[in-house]
Amino acid sequence: MRLDVRLPIGVLFSVYGLILMLWGILHDLPQHQAGSGFSINLGWGAALLVFGFLMVLLARRRRSREVSEREANDK
Amino acid sequence: MNLTAIDWLLIATYFVFVLGIGVALKRQMKTSTDYFLAGRSIPAWICGLAFISANLGAQEVIGMGASGAKYGIATSHFYWIGAIPAMVFVGVFMMPFYYGSRARSVPEYLRLRFDEKTRGLNAISFATMTVFSSGISMYAMAKLIQTLHILDVPLQKAGLNVSWTFHLAIVASALVVLAYILLGGLTSAIYNEVLQFFLIVAGFLPLVWLGLKNVGGWNGLKASLGPTYTHAWIGMGSPQTNRLGVEWTGLCLGLGFVLSFGYWCTDFLVVQRAMAADSMEAARRTPLIAAFPKMLFPFLVILPGLIAMAVPATLATQAADGRLGAHIQRGRGIIPFKVDPASNRPLVDSNGNLQLDYDMAVPSMLLHFYPSGILGLGITALLASFMSGMAGNVTAFNTVCTYDIYQSYIRPQASDQHYLAVGRVVTVAGIALSILAAYVANQFNNIMDVLQLVFAFVNAPLFATFLLGMFWKRTTAHGAFAGLLGGTAAAAAHHALTIPNGSVPGIKGGWLGVLHLYPSEMAQNFWTAIFAWTTCFLVTILVSLLTKAPDEEGLVGLVYSLTPRQKATEAHWYKRPAYLGLIALAATVVLNFIFR
Repeated sequence: MRLDVRLPIGVLFSVYGLILMLWGILHDLPQHQAGSGFSINLGWGAALLVFGFLMVLLARRRRSREVSEREANDK
Repeated sequence: MNLTAIDWLLIATYFVFVLGIGVALKRQMKTSTDYFLAGRSIPAWICGLAFISANLGAQEVIGMGASGAKYGIATSHFYWIGAIPAMVFVGVFMMPFYYGSRARSVPEYLRLRFDEKTRGLNAISFATMTVFSSGISMYAMAKLIQTLHILDVPLQKAGLNVSWTFHLAIVASALVVLAYILLGGLTSAIYNEVLQFFLIVAGFLPLVWLGLKNVGGWNGLKASLGPTYTHAWIGMGSPQTNRLGVEWTGLCLGLGFVLSFGYWCTDFLVVQRAMAADSMEAARRTPLIAAFPKMLFPFLVILPGLIAMAVPATLATQAADGRLGAHIQRGRGIIPFKVDPASNRPLVDSNGNLQLDYDMAVPSMLLHFYPSGILGLGITALLASFMSGMAGNVTAFNTVCTYDIYQSYIRPQASDQHYLAVGRVVTVAGIALSILAAYVANQFNNIMDVLQLVFAFVNAPLFATFLLGMFWKRTTAHGAFAGLLGGTAAAAAHHALTIPNGSVPGIKGGWLGVLHLYPSEMAQNFWTAIFAWTTCFLVTILVSLLTKAPDEEGLVGLVYSLTPRQKATEAHWYKRPAYLGLIALAATVVLNFIFR
């Protein structure tokens, strides 16, 4: 079966999202407690994580649909 | 510049995924069709994203930001006039013949429609062009890595000399691209292009957001840069009243018609992405799906250039300079002055003014606005675009070399496995030649100019040949060949007799005498293309009428009037090419109106 391109993209972006969020929490936030407390790493990391998760979900859904179609054909 | 460990982690993760995709696809590469055409099995949306990413190389990402800084929002003409109409045209009208003829490449279509000599001419000029484009992409990347001192610290830690940066960057990028193309062929290239598309968006969107916030939004940009920067159409009446230095007729005919249709409709690098689609309908939708993100790309790649001109240089800029590690004099906004690398002195133009280094617009923006962490993401996006620009050229090169040169002229009747093996060898050769081209570019700056000029001469007339070939059944092979040669000659002659304002005769034109003075280089370029196209168009018609008409039976599926009309098979209206095309054009008109 062909590799669904959404899977590697989804995993990569989830990994990126997690790394950036962690970095935002552990490194950025303690530094600017005096300021607004906004961290672009944390914010954008969260957005990337959501996007990556969505891509993985779409890839998995297609895969399960293909599997059920094959099973239906076998019967 | 000092990248921190977190930045390196993000960059390294990307490389792991790129190679991983190649490894995962390796098992599918069984026939030469799998390798060169991705088995004609890729869904339309993936082909569509690859369609735009394939030409989103170094020149595009760095170059469009630079043009944004230099010319302002009018740079979007390269997208709105210079891409969308042609992309709609290739999807709605031309793709049925490319995909339907079962040709495996654009030169092969030329052989089916015309003859061997027309294909040979196109195959050889195209193969040369791709090698040099991928070489230039590689060179630009290595240069940028050198300028930003990205590899200085790791090199020093490894006990190596910093001057090795350029070589290391070239060899490393070549090896990565080589590995993933060898493993997964066109599929691998396309998957990486899709990945790169999302990386560019992820890496640049926050940059535009932070930048706009800093300069006070679009209105802030307007206030600090003035109307010539923020209008795309007002002032296009005369070359003197807009930053591009070209009037609207030259813009629409030269860029909007000849150059853009010549590129998007006939360049195998992009057409190959649509040919990989899993059905005719999907192949036709490919450029149309691509049109929608394409029309929004100016906000992602051009806007950072404008912002870089408007950002007030502050303490943060000086900090960024410090990270650059060089003693840089700030020009306008956060764009530095151009420095002569040999003497380390600022460069001045013929009027004695300091020149801005516009190519630094995008890198300066990244350094200025991104803290470590997301900076790694931004650098990864840049690297990804450089590498897939290279890979796009190499995959087009190996297909044309294997099918149109090796199979046609060297060994016609071999087994499919043989051609698959040859394709892999050609891939290695293509990368080796690209490295060579990168070093040539590094040695002789002028050679690049000369080559680009020659390619412009060869490419500009090509669209006339395709237009006549596909839509006029009387066009003959001799007509097409004579038209191409005539068009190229006309382009060369026009270039030799005109010159842009403020240049000396030579590489910029006027090497046979100066009959006409153009207000800018861009105006001269556009009009060279218009002359080449018109000459090719007329010569092809003339010679076709003088030669024997082609046999109509042989042209079924290759020419519009002799091909049975396809019934729309898609149930959903939004999947039909004509509707998609109309929506894309309407949206582009709206964008032009908003930024008039």
